[in-house]
Amino acid sequence: MTFGLSIKEKRNLSSKKKKKPSLSQLRVYKRRVPLQLTVLFFWKNCIAVVTMPQGDYIERHRRDYGYRLDHFERKRKKEARQVHKRSAMAQKALGIKGKMIAKKNYAEKAQMKKTLAMHEESTSRRKADDNVQDGAVPAYLLDRDNTTRAKVLSNTVKQKRKEKAGKWDVPLPKVRPVAEDEMFKVVRSGKRKTKQWKRMVTKATFVGPGFTRKPPKYERFIRPTGLRFTKAHVTHPELKCTFNLEIIGVKKNPNGPMYTSLGVMTKGTIIEVNVSELGLVTPAGKVVWGKYAQVTNNPENDGCINAVLLV
Amino acid sequence: MEAMVVEEIINNVMCLLTDPDGTPLGAPMYLPQNAGPQQLQQIVNKLLNNEEKLPYSFYISDEELLVPLETYLQKNKVSVEKALPIVCQPQAIFRIRPVSRCSATISGHAEAVLTVAFSPDGRQLASGSGDTTVRFWDLNTQTPLYTCTGHKNWVLCISWSPDGKHLVSGSKAGELICWDPQTGKSSGNPLIGHKKWITGIAWEPVHLNAPCRRFVSASKDGDARIWDISLKKCVVCLSGHTLAITCVKWGGDGVIYTGSQDCTIKAWETTQGKLIRELKGHGHWVNSLALSTEYVIRTGAFDHTGKQYSSPEEMKKVALERYKKMRGNTPERLVSGSDDFTMFLWEPSINKRPITRMTGHQQLVNHVYFSPDGQWIASASFDKSVKLWNGTTGKFVAAFRGHVGPVYQISWSADSRLLLSGSKDSTLKVWDIRTRKLKQDLPGHADEVFSVDWSPDGEKVASGGKDKVLKLWMG
Repeated sequence: MTFGLSIKEKRNLSSKKKKKPSLSQLRVYKRRVPLQLTVLFFWKNCIAVVTMPQGDYIERHRRDYGYRLDHFERKRKKEARQVHKRSAMAQKALGIKGKMIAKKNYAEKAQMKKTLAMHEESTSRRKADDNVQDGAVPAYLLDRDNTTRAKVLSNTVKQKRKEKAGKWDVPLPKVRPVAEDEMFKVVRSGKRKTKQWKRMVTKATFVGPGFTRKPPKYERFIRPTGLRFTKAHVTHPELKCTFNLEIIGVKKNPNGPMYTSLGVMTKGTIIEVNVSELGLVTPAGKVVWGKYAQVTNNPENDGCINAVLLV
Repeated sequence: MEAMVVEEIINNVMCLLTDPDGTPLGAPMYLPQNAGPQQLQQIVNKLLNNEEKLPYSFYISDEELLVPLETYLQKNKVSVEKALPIVCQPQAIFRIRPVSRCSATISGHAEAVLTVAFSPDGRQLASGSGDTTVRFWDLNTQTPLYTCTGHKNWVLCISWSPDGKHLVSGSKAGELICWDPQTGKSSGNPLIGHKKWITGIAWEPVHLNAPCRRFVSASKDGDARIWDISLKKCVVCLSGHTLAITCVKWGGDGVIYTGSQDCTIKAWETTQGKLIRELKGHGHWVNSLALSTEYVIRTGAFDHTGKQYSSPEEMKKVALERYKKMRGNTPERLVSGSDDFTMFLWEPSINKRPITRMTGHQQLVNHVYFSPDGQWIASASFDKSVKLWNGTTGKFVAAFRGHVGPVYQISWSADSRLLLSGSKDSTLKVWDIRTRKLKQDLPGHADEVFSVDWSPDGEKVASGGKDKVLKLWMG
């Protein structure tokens, strides 16, 4: 009895592992039939044998007597029908179920495209190599990775030409005009709070490092410390990489010279940034350290300054 | 008190004049302490029975003597009891004017200019570019002469034969084409054999084989191949390197040296392609090799006088003479620059151990070059500096700082008095070896300078870079 039980336990364990044996495994089983049969005969006399997971009966039957004669035919047909069934389901399903099916199908399709592209590449790689590419480099630079190159670009000729022409073809040519009452908040002062000559700037500002506040009596404009910025996230448009650079000054605020002198940075403002760490070089071989950039976001709303470098 | 009086009266110092190899020119002699370089020069010319008076420079323990002996002795507190060894270095009898201005900016290439080279006689100029063409330039009118199409990809290397009759170019697709500089036509079909791009080409020195026929090419695929241009096929394949070969040189003794990314330098015999020697020592890629006789091998029979030779035999004879004179009694020296920031000085014909290891660069060494007289080694590094080393001992001499980007290539003037460097920072700089200072700054390129060459006759400098133009500079 105990012996039988232990064998049954072993059987269960093994059957869990091999729930759906493949064809090759089946062949192996068939060869071992005599041995298995003796065990089975032994089992038939035991009580413990009666309960077995349902799938195992099918498996055992197949092992003993082989597949139904039309098994593979049925299987093929079922598989062939499956596509249509799935498609019908995908079209019919509503709600969350439909969404799930759509998501699964999409993922499958994307995966398929990826693998196809991969195979395509492996066959056509040779051809891509043969084409003449841009950006020729000498033999001694061919094996070097170009990570350092991303930081450096020395095309300042264009900038010089633009400076001469005196106008800027900037990324944001038009900006929304900012009215004075949006830019400033009136601060009432005096003992009875009747005086209204003080203004508080409500936009982001740049205040130079050497700035000292005037005595309150003479301070017409207050630039709140919470809206002061010293650094900007500057994107190099050609390299497509962004650097956190120090602001040197506000070059021009399109809303007026007064805002420029106050250092107000709104969307579209041209600021000067310190690019010394980018390693840009003039045609004369000097290192460039100041370069202009245009603010592309609304700093007062975002709490940071994003800008694009003018090259 | 007495001693001082005696010294003032004698005022002589025992000196031993030697040539750069260390052989004394004569017995040690007493020289008056007020003798300067001029007087020493006269003495040396007398000792050597030179008919023409040759210029010399004098070195005492690797330091150049520019003042009278007296001041030197006082300044450096040298003992007068022993004979003072003075090394006489013969200087070039001609002087090359430093280039100072851009004489022409010639556009023509549609892509970056990757390599420029003057012919050995300095009368012709060729360049290879990323637009897959090789171009010949007319130096008199400073205009394009021939445009040679035929390559399938970027032209990475070009090399003139030492007799100036052929130019071979190698491309990124791995084929080599031999051009005739007189007509600008290719002589025969492309030479195919390399599986990857060509990294270097070197011709057989003209003093070994009179009409130039053979050259060796190195490739990224790890093989070097010896080709024969009259047979138009590969004669020998030198395989053995496990990684890409970065540099190849054909030595004056008929040995081929290859430096590779597998950290070794190999020396090959040229008839059967047998490996003679393997030089190990570097910890990373070997980037560049230079031979002490490289300049004289490159120029072959041509020297500063601009003489032309009619027959190959005559050329061979003159070239052999020049080579022997340049080499002297010392064996050929080889210097290798590497990605491990160091350089090694070797005497490959004698020993497989290096003479010395030259450390000091803070970034990889991209290019090394012996001065034409073999007295100096210059090295260009990505740490933005060019360093100068003693060519025989490998001792550090000076660093030239001034570039703000990695230095890519260097080139010597034919008289070994000036050094030219081209850098990523878009400038060329000329350095004075004697004063060890910047002589000329040559801005003008709009982008990185990939290649520089100082013509062997010293008249011109050519440079090409990423801005697609070729610039000619003059003194």
